Amino acid sequence: MAIARNQWYVAAYSEEVGEGLLARTICGEPLVMYRTGAGEAVALADRCVHRRFPLSRSNRDGDRIVCGYHGFTYAPDGACVAVPGQTRIPRTARVPAYQVVEQDSLVWVWIGDGTGDAAAIPRAPWLTSPDYVTVRGMEPLAARYELLVDNLLDLSHETYLHAGYIGTPEVAQTPITTEVDDEAGIVYVSRRMKDVECPPFYATSTGIEGRIDRWQDIEYHPPCFYLLHSRIAPTGVEPGPDGDDPRAFHVEVGYAIVPETDTTTHDFWWVARDFALDDADVSRFLHDSNRTVVLQDVEALDVLEKVIAAEPAGYQELSINIDTGGLAARRVLQRLTGAR
Amino acid sequence: MSAGRLRVEWSPGSDRLTGICHCGARCTAEDPAAVWAWLLSHPDHDAS
Repeated sequence: MAIARNQWYVAAYSEEVGEGLLARTICGEPLVMYRTGAGEAVALADRCVHRRFPLSRSNRDGDRIVCGYHGFTYAPDGACVAVPGQTRIPRTARVPAYQVVEQDSLVWVWIGDGTGDAAAIPRAPWLTSPDYVTVRGMEPLAARYELLVDNLLDLSHETYLHAGYIGTPEVAQTPITTEVDDEAGIVYVSRRMKDVECPPFYATSTGIEGRIDRWQDIEYHPPCFYLLHSRIAPTGVEPGPDGDDPRAFHVEVGYAIVPETDTTTHDFWWVARDFALDDADVSRFLHDSNRTVVLQDVEALDVLEKVIAAEPAGYQELSINIDTGGLAARRVLQRLTGAR
Repeated sequence: MSAGRLRVEWSPGSDRLTGICHCGARCTAEDPAAVWAWLLSHPDHDAS
């Protein structure tokens, strides 16, 4: 499947974009990102128009980038404002500037033609809420982004790939409900587990010692944004009729599944929690545990990418009930990419 | 269910999937690909 264009993609965490020149390829397009003195995030094509030298390997002069090879100088809007040895600046001396929206501590870029609708960008308010604490990271994946979409839409794999961390037998055993909002292009997958084993990831971080009710409510906004609303509570503890839920633990897990190239992916991940907000040990534990889980996925999907690259065309997969959400996601992605 | 929503329920204790179209039509099957194909055939749902 191709990569969907004319879409918003997460290009960086806010804290990654600063004084330095950050190189990152998104959907096959090399970008250089930095922050102006006024605090605006900027994303430009990472190729000097002169001899292609990466601007990310160049130098800043205030809000401008001076190419490290011959000194072509670019303003934040991509316009070349100085060239060496002459006063005339060629009319075509400009690098593409990407539309950037920064919200919820994520830097989004519009990959495509024209101007994107900023209001269409999905939100993750937990990332900046004072009621939550977030740990996060980003891992390089040597596999196509569709494999990570498949992985995250079917969490039954937790039982086998992530046993001892977030996987318990009941995850794979519990039926799911899948819903697609065709107009909005959003896929929802819900797995509600009652009276089940508490995996170490949640037992250690919440302090719950007994059995739990565990909800996994997925919200996938193709192409790149994935939210897992996770609710953990001692068995039998239900939310109040008004939605008030003070005895439960809420963990907002999220991913930005961002194609770097056709066969490599930026695997942005975060874990936001509404408990133990001041506990650095819990933060460290959740960070290290979730990173371990992400790396287990990375290892498996890197292998899968090699398998796919080596196989003859026409391999016929088999899908079963656990794949209902993944199949829905594929269909929405196919619509976005124009693929069949 | 709101307009434009397609739903697939996996009945606990069973292998059966129930597809529910936004028009209210329902089907049951044991193959998720078949359920999605049926849902997407709206408004020409085959009897199922």
